[in-house]
Amino acid sequence: MLLSQYLVLAALLFCVGVYGVLTRRNGVLVLMSIELILNAVNLNLVAFGAFHDSVVGQVFALFVIAIAAAEVGIGLAIVLLIYRRRSNIELDQIDALKG
Amino acid sequence: MFQQAAFYLFATVVALAAWRVVTAKDMTRAALALVVVLAGMAPLFILMAAEFVAVVQILVYVGAVIILFLFGLMLTRSGKTSPVDRSTSLLAGAVSAGFFAVLVFAVVDAFGYAEVAPSTIGTTARVGDVLLRQHVIAFEAISVLLLAALVGSIVLARRD
Repeated sequence: MLLSQYLVLAALLFCVGVYGVLTRRNGVLVLMSIELILNAVNLNLVAFGAFHDSVVGQVFALFVIAIAAAEVGIGLAIVLLIYRRRSNIELDQIDALKG
Repeated sequence: MFQQAAFYLFATVVALAAWRVVTAKDMTRAALALVVVLAGMAPLFILMAAEFVAVVQILVYVGAVIILFLFGLMLTRSGKTSPVDRSTSLLAGAVSAGFFAVLVFAVVDAFGYAEVAPSTIGTTARVGDVLLRQHVIAFEAISVLLLAALVGSIVLARRD
């Protein structure tokens, strides 16, 4: 199996995730697109680890999974706070730092 | 080859579901498409003999992260659908398509016909060995990070 097959699939997931981050206006959907990006990175890490016959790629993929879980927790807590204050989470309307 | 067929099957499923995540108007459909993406990554990891990462992917991502997303969608419900904004989506599509073209060119130019032939002997034991020997500091730091994220999200989200 070719290495570049996995890398092209990871690049596709990454670019679809970037498109989602740029286009979506709901905060939770932006976080979902960020999860796509992180999964693309994981696929890259594991593919290169398998290519070099080393498990370090898998170890770093585990770290990325743990960090992604922590980030989703905090990100959703922040989105909840925004929702409580404004009753909607259209990111286009959150354009002032003054609360 | 059976592995090639399996790769193309799961790659197609993951790519189509990822497209649905970013284009679905119904937010719940987008979350369910994300479940398909996250669950479809696990067979791809198994194809590369990374069985521990595949199982952790299912446990953590499909088992916890997507539940968090569904709760987040439920608690911040301000309408069933999220409309797509035409003006930014064309430019965003051009940017991501251009970036994809650059990445594919770089990958194919650098790695061409390199083969992946991972050794399939006991990678979980090897992962545990490397994780808890060479990378034990990062492992402990991740534990502290998870504790900080746990405390932080509870403090942020509680009602008082």
